[in-house]
Amino acid sequence: MDAALQDLGEIIAISLPDCVTSTEVVCGELVVHANRDSIIKTLTFLRDDANCHFKQLVDLCGVDYPEREERFDVVYHMLSMTHNTRVRIKVRTDEDTPVPSVVELFSTAGWFERETWDMFGVYFSNNPDLRRLLTDYGFEGHPLRKDFPLSGYVELHYNDELKRVVYTPIKMTQEYRSFDFLSPWEGVQKEMPVEAVADDNSDEGAS
Amino acid sequence: MGVETNSLISADGSPLLPGKMQDDILRGVTGELQDQGFVVANLDKLVNWARTGSLWPMTFGLACCAIEMIHAYMPRYDLDRFGVVPRPSPRQSDVIIVAGTLTNKMAPAFRKVYDQMSEPRYVISMGSCANSGGYYHHSYSVVRGCDRIVPVDVYVPGCPPTAEALVYGILQLQKKINRTGTLWR
Repeated sequence: MDAALQDLGEIIAISLPDCVTSTEVVCGELVVHANRDSIIKTLTFLRDDANCHFKQLVDLCGVDYPEREERFDVVYHMLSMTHNTRVRIKVRTDEDTPVPSVVELFSTAGWFERETWDMFGVYFSNNPDLRRLLTDYGFEGHPLRKDFPLSGYVELHYNDELKRVVYTPIKMTQEYRSFDFLSPWEGVQKEMPVEAVADDNSDEGAS
Repeated sequence: MGVETNSLISADGSPLLPGKMQDDILRGVTGELQDQGFVVANLDKLVNWARTGSLWPMTFGLACCAIEMIHAYMPRYDLDRFGVVPRPSPRQSDVIIVAGTLTNKMAPAFRKVYDQMSEPRYVISMGSCANSGGYYHHSYSVVRGCDRIVPVDVYVPGCPPTAEALVYGILQLQKKINRTGTLWR
């Protein structure tokens, strides 16, 4: 299976020399690193080529690596029903650089791109309806970025004078608890050492 | 359920169990009815009896707690026995069961539904998420307890609470209405 994926990766890399930077097989899954600007060409090839036929865009999401220069990965997962194969395409971008939208190729990408925009702030050019998808109306920030605090900046309660719910700056009454999983009192109990388990087994075998 | 009301409370305040004393009282009432064609009762107690006997909840399932709420409606626990019939409209309901995680985005809609309910109205907060945010207490998008949005009468703890726990919570609310019940709330 890995060899077949390796071959497929080489075919893709040879067919798209300008678009694909590298391919690799990780944990039995094919990963294709592609150029941001030629993502439409890459996906068109993967969809239409007889060796690929990745007709379904299963998922489109983002990953944040804050230490990198181009901090975001946009990840496309595709499925080929004819060849029973999956492929993952990765593209790099940062906060300001738009990624070309693939709505023209896969209409399902519309909401996926909206979600990625909502959660990471990755901008997709030519998406016809790039609004927030999941977070509250008027929400500020992109919650899945690593520099977004877990509890956010605002909280909600009902104001009896205004007769409506209002946002106020967040005030946590209890500190966030960080659990120490190495502590014998809070964490999981220490596993029995491997040698001890082996000794027990050999004892049983002898008796 | 109608017999478990204020009308059948013995002199020391404890409820009257089925037996000779209860039979005597019931016979007295029916005798009075046949004799004179009417009976006399305390209006507030009668109103409380009516209110506790038909607590129609607004259907407001938000998350997994809703599944347990559905279990409570289904034949095994059968909330219909208590006159609890789920309603699709806030105008027809007396109580709203907040079953699940209340998110920031849902909060204005929830408040609007609550505002549309007619008095007297009650709120049951079901499960950790509705009580305090629970598992999502530190989240950026979840209301830390639905009591920040509406006044709550009964909190049902659990994650999710069992159907029995919800039934118990409804019984507690009936008790509360009986105890504190006034004509105008």
